[in-house]
Amino acid sequence: MKRYSFLELAKNAFSAHQNWGRQWRSPEPKAEYDVVIVGAGGHGLATAYYLAKQHGIRNVAVIEKGWLGGGNTGRNTTIVRSNYLWEESAALYNHAIGLWQGLSQDLNYNVMYSSRGVMMLAHTVHDVQVAQRHIHANRLAGVQNEWLTPEQAREYCPPLNISKNIRYPVMGAALQRVGGTARHDAVAWGYARGADDLGVDIIQNCAVTGIKRGQDGAVEGVETSKGFIKAKKIGVVAAGHTSTVMDMAGVRMPLESYPLQALVSEPVKPAFPCVVMSNTIHAYISQSDKGELVIGAGTDQFISYSQTGGIHITNHTIDAICELFPHFRRMRMLRNWGGIVDVTPDRSPILSKTPVPGLYVNCGWGTGGFKATPGSGHVFAHTIAKDEPHRINAPFTIDRFRTGRLIDEAAAAAVAH
Amino acid sequence: MLLVYCPHCDVERAETEFSCRGQAHIARPSDPSQTSDEDWVNYLYVRANTKGVYAERWRHIHGCGRFFNAVRDTVSDKFLKFYKAGESMPDLEALAKEAGK
Amino acid sequence: MSQPFRTEKGGRIERAEQLTFTFDGEEMHGHKGDTLASALLANGVHLVGRSFKYHRPRGILTAGSEEPNALVGIYRNGDQTPNMRATQVELYQGLEATSQNRFPSLGFDIGAVNDRLSMFFPAGFYYKTFMWPKSFWDKVYEPVIRSAAGLGKPPKNPDHDFYGNMYAHCDVLVAGSGPAGLAAALAAAETGAKVILCDEQAEFGGSLLSEVNASVDGKSPTEWTGEAIAKLDAMDNVTLLTRTTAFGYFAHNYVALVERVTEHLSSPDPKLPRERLWQVRAKEVVIASGAIERPMVFPENDRPGILLAEAGRTYLNRYGVKVGHKVVVATACDTAWQAAFDLADHGVEVAAIVDMRETPPESLLSIAKARGIRVEAGCVVTGTLGRKRVKSALIGRLMTSGKVASGGQIDCDALLMSGGWTPTVSLYSQSRGKVVWNADMGAYVPGKSVQKERSTGGAKGLYGLQATLEDGYAAGEEAAKAAIGKSAKITHAASSGGEAGEGGTLGALPHDRNAAKVKAFVDYQNDVTAKDVKLAVREGMQSIEHIKRYTTTGMATDQGRLSNMNALQIASGALEKPVTDVGLTTFRQPYTPTTFGVFAGVARGDFFDPVRKTPSHDWVVKHGGVFEDVGQWKRTWYFPKNGEDMHAAVARECKTVRDNVGLFDASTLGKIEVVGPDAAEFLERMYTNPWKKLAPGRCRYGLLLNDAGFITDDGVIGRLAEDRFHVTTTTGGAPNVFATMEDYLQTEWPDLDVWITSTTEQYAVAAVQGPKAREVIAPFIEGIDLSNEAFPHMSVKEATFCGVPCRLFRISFTGELGFEINVSRQHGKMMWETLAKEIEKHNGTTYGTETMHVLRAEKGYIIVGQDTDGTVTPQDAGMTWAIGKKKLDFVGKRGLDRPDLVAENRKQFVGLFTKDPQVKLEEGAQVTSAENPSTGTPAEGHVTSSYFSPALGRNIALAIVKNGHALDGKTLYVPMPDGSIPVEITGPVFYDKQGARINV
Repeated sequence: MKRYSFLELAKNAFSAHQNWGRQWRSPEPKAEYDVVIVGAGGHGLATAYYLAKQHGIRNVAVIEKGWLGGGNTGRNTTIVRSNYLWEESAALYNHAIGLWQGLSQDLNYNVMYSSRGVMMLAHTVHDVQVAQRHIHANRLAGVQNEWLTPEQAREYCPPLNISKNIRYPVMGAALQRVGGTARHDAVAWGYARGADDLGVDIIQNCAVTGIKRGQDGAVEGVETSKGFIKAKKIGVVAAGHTSTVMDMAGVRMPLESYPLQALVSEPVKPAFPCVVMSNTIHAYISQSDKGELVIGAGTDQFISYSQTGGIHITNHTIDAICELFPHFRRMRMLRNWGGIVDVTPDRSPILSKTPVPGLYVNCGWGTGGFKATPGSGHVFAHTIAKDEPHRINAPFTIDRFRTGRLIDEAAAAAVAH
Repeated sequence: MLLVYCPHCDVERAETEFSCRGQAHIARPSDPSQTSDEDWVNYLYVRANTKGVYAERWRHIHGCGRFFNAVRDTVSDKFLKFYKAGESMPDLEALAKEAGK
Repeated sequence: MSQPFRTEKGGRIERAEQLTFTFDGEEMHGHKGDTLASALLANGVHLVGRSFKYHRPRGILTAGSEEPNALVGIYRNGDQTPNMRATQVELYQGLEATSQNRFPSLGFDIGAVNDRLSMFFPAGFYYKTFMWPKSFWDKVYEPVIRSAAGLGKPPKNPDHDFYGNMYAHCDVLVAGSGPAGLAAALAAAETGAKVILCDEQAEFGGSLLSEVNASVDGKSPTEWTGEAIAKLDAMDNVTLLTRTTAFGYFAHNYVALVERVTEHLSSPDPKLPRERLWQVRAKEVVIASGAIERPMVFPENDRPGILLAEAGRTYLNRYGVKVGHKVVVATACDTAWQAAFDLADHGVEVAAIVDMRETPPESLLSIAKARGIRVEAGCVVTGTLGRKRVKSALIGRLMTSGKVASGGQIDCDALLMSGGWTPTVSLYSQSRGKVVWNADMGAYVPGKSVQKERSTGGAKGLYGLQATLEDGYAAGEEAAKAAIGKSAKITHAASSGGEAGEGGTLGALPHDRNAAKVKAFVDYQNDVTAKDVKLAVREGMQSIEHIKRYTTTGMATDQGRLSNMNALQIASGALEKPVTDVGLTTFRQPYTPTTFGVFAGVARGDFFDPVRKTPSHDWVVKHGGVFEDVGQWKRTWYFPKNGEDMHAAVARECKTVRDNVGLFDASTLGKIEVVGPDAAEFLERMYTNPWKKLAPGRCRYGLLLNDAGFITDDGVIGRLAEDRFHVTTTTGGAPNVFATMEDYLQTEWPDLDVWITSTTEQYAVAAVQGPKAREVIAPFIEGIDLSNEAFPHMSVKEATFCGVPCRLFRISFTGELGFEINVSRQHGKMMWETLAKEIEKHNGTTYGTETMHVLRAEKGYIIVGQDTDGTVTPQDAGMTWAIGKKKLDFVGKRGLDRPDLVAENRKQFVGLFTKDPQVKLEEGAQVTSAENPSTGTPAEGHVTSSYFSPALGRNIALAIVKNGHALDGKTLYVPMPDGSIPVEITGPVFYDKQGARINV
């Protein structure tokens, strides 16, 4: 692999950029792999990369129905943070933050991880209590998170409206300074290039149509639109389509797939210095390097694989954005799209072995999987390679729903009296 | 913004009058104390989450308040059938075939 | 005053009405009917902006909403709007516009150095560098990239304008009012369908407005258009919306339109919204969005003065503006020739028509010859000269070898180009239809309809005036038939002229220049060149989605309407795959960029979310109470007196309630009436507690779980009669409890004979709590013996309050003697004011939620959602007493038996004393067993509630702590940034543990 650097860029400039190599190959599938990963999104590609890099398992294929990075990886609002409530979650997401910090250098691909700070607003007394609980829990867990008064919040994010006269005035905010954004496509491409370089076959435009199991119940391979591919182990990382793929192996999942919308404005000069989230009034906003305001909206109330959503969902989000940032009312929406997010009952992911020997599943990231990409791939690779979970993903089993040992991030936002 | 038909009111109304309550025909076990943990988790959380024709529960929350079921293609979001809660599940495959014509 | 490029006559502008405007501070003139773009061109201004990446000088390219270059900032009344398309901005007196993305000025822009260094900035260059040193990304590289990126300046002040919202139903929605749309609207309307016709432009007519070489029904196209619109306007079943863009096509034929109401007016009526959102549910939709012309991809195809041919013709015929005095027309198709002829007819020198085709149609050649226009057939433009305006075009002759031979240079001050036409399939694509490739046309056209729509005319690749009109009539007739089941005999207009042309080209054109040095733009706004697309392919990007994202082609504000087809062709060539195998990106809403304010509409301030007020609200405002938001409710938080802070006010309120009496507005609590022969059975199944033996007239605390076994809500439930219960819920939980009850009742237990009704809004509730509570209410209550013996704690009875019916509960959330009086909502104000006056006589106080919280915490009563968080079981909360032991089933019972819910080491509800009574714990603080735990130590639990207790004269807290029930008296720690706080575990009941005070 030709290393990327400014020098290399300059050198290539003088040959009119004619000599750049492919970032990844487009191989035909081999008959057999040690590991087949189903789904070439960020998490799947990262899994393949770490399998090859950390565990020396290079006979790996990543099979993708469409084009790599074309699902939620390329459709999300690119927020990175780790200030989750429960120790288990904080450990998982903080593991990812650790990897984010050196990811561009590790992959030799600029993923533009920008620790611009993620500020989560509190609008009610209950919000303040919840935010404080997060901050205290995070401090103990070694996760950076701090409380800001409304004035401090505005200082950090000057466009923020902290007037007492709005419907839900800002009462303060929890700020995670190491949080921020990254360039979503670059994450997929960087991992793809890195994995490909280590020998991983990324097979695009190849749909998995079945999972074959042997007499003993263990997996034997995958049926695909390009024929049968033998595999010793299969990792399913199919986000919104996980239920469908797992069903092929006879495993039923505690998942529902909802449409989640996002949108961008027309690009403007720098107007917004950080990421601001408000769970209470449903607004998530940052500004991309290109200058677009990137805004996350909510999910529709029904499951759907349409990759579109209702306009009332978007309206509601923009209501909130315009309340918090009345300057932006004259900005214009450029593009609005939808993804399919797989949601678990406790809003925490599943990173787990399954009842089927040799079958592993990484799913249930709901609306927030992008931020976990490196950490998720890293511990999932470990789980597949060792046939046992990494310490960090050990709590994220499928079985927790049976036993009741939930990691309930939704509960943390429960409504008070 | 879907257009939903309420079989109780016999009207089509905008989706915002309704609340969708997930997969239909998942009955609460009649004797929970005799239900295994596995079956209980199936009742609580496991959903078909079908990509395709799916029977789901709706409630006309800002209308008559009553529950009914709908069959919807989760890829196109087209409704194929509406029926009252308590009526048996229609033949989803037949409905899918009909819609595909 | 002079507008040197204005024609002598013609066009639809009102020449008598002169308007003054400024561009970058320079005063200029135009006419009513001009767009900013046409007025600038009339003044000879082509250079209007700088490009995104290379800061190249750019001019007006189009005459429509797809304009990529002429983006300007508009200032009015202190409001600033960036990125407005000059081609869509209607001129008004005093209009103030500025160019964008340049510093210090449009003429001299420092950023233009990027163009010189462009060899270092190919597509995706930023992924390959800026990685060292690591810390530089956040601090150096990214800020520089950010300030270079972006187009216009963001608005600086909150928007002064407001926005409207309309909902509409119609039989047939027609989007676009060119010949096809107009014919469709006429046909549908005359059939009797309810029609909405919308068009993004200021006037209806589309291409008819710039057509001068045809006639319809023997009239000029504009005359016929005027008559057709007048006819539609006179019909009751037709709604006409100009300046209205159909921007989003959603599921189930739900189409969103945006109407620009005042932006074109010099001094609009302040009562009018700036823009208005229309949400239309259409039975049928006719998409008549037309087609747009494609740029030609030749080197330096981006200089100011280079326009699309049809745009040049539109400026001439519709706006009376000549794009130049000496024009070269470059084309691969017939239609551009008409632009050359029209210009020549207005006395513009057409320096040459350069057509790629070896043998253009004889008919065109003869017209050119008649006008003395030089024709260069079999030639392409291989480059242009001129920095801020095109000065000349380089011509190349296409050789049979595929190479290009230099064909000299032609001087000009404008260049019109046409690569052919691309149907606008955006709305069709948004409707989730799949476009299909038409090889003959070299275009993607709409395929099968997925929703109830049909495309007509140019939108489906059909050209020529007569054919388009016919197709439009047919579409309108079909749509009306489908919508209302009727047909009618519609008279079709007959036209002559305006024939469809032949020809067209896709992709990058051949040239004889140094490919490494020249730039041929595919996506103007994003500065994507043909080279960039090829580079992406070379680097392994195979899907068009990858190419789009890597190069950013098609991601500009026109969503690739101008660029997609050329990019696709270039990619197809580089990949050596047919176009159809490369894929196509999806068009997304909105069709054109749409103002955020339109989506937000009136949802601002109090209209952002409904405000729910209790009957005491106005009284509280008058008496200086402070509110808190709880869900949509405004609840009184506390009542500061004489400059008290919250702490002082709450301490006083608490003490007064305990010593004397207090009045609290409890109206926000959820209330549900459960009635019917099976009412008790129903509650038996819903709640953990037993209900069947509860006697009428008595109350019981109810605990509600979900079927997973976790606490979700609680409240006191009173039995008024054998078959009637008055259920209360938490304020925030009310809607969910009601929905859950309905769900179980209707779908799991339809056999139960029970009705449930939400009565939250029907009752106003006053809580009177404290030793003197009985004396306070006694004067107003009739029909009840209030003595402790006759009406003990946990009683409920119907009576009257000041003569109006009430439900009186004797219950307490404070630990004091307490009553809650429920009267009909309309009497709530009277009740509150009566009691507020009365408590003063007893040295009582009104109190708010904060005091309520302190008083209940002193008694160890949980608040669901604060002391519980969705992971707490009744056992954890120390409330096994609330579980009916003999019950076989209730919601949550089975869940409670699951392995983790019966496991050891669960977190349990306890009280905490700080060792130092003056130290108050922070809510949410973590509890640990180690005094100074190392980072990453799991917490034993956390503080759920913490208050100063006036009754105890010290701070108290509630917490959930691992195995807490077994740790009574043990010391744990609450580590804080400035040191660890030792705490002692205690029971959660701090005050009057025997409960004597509530039974007086």
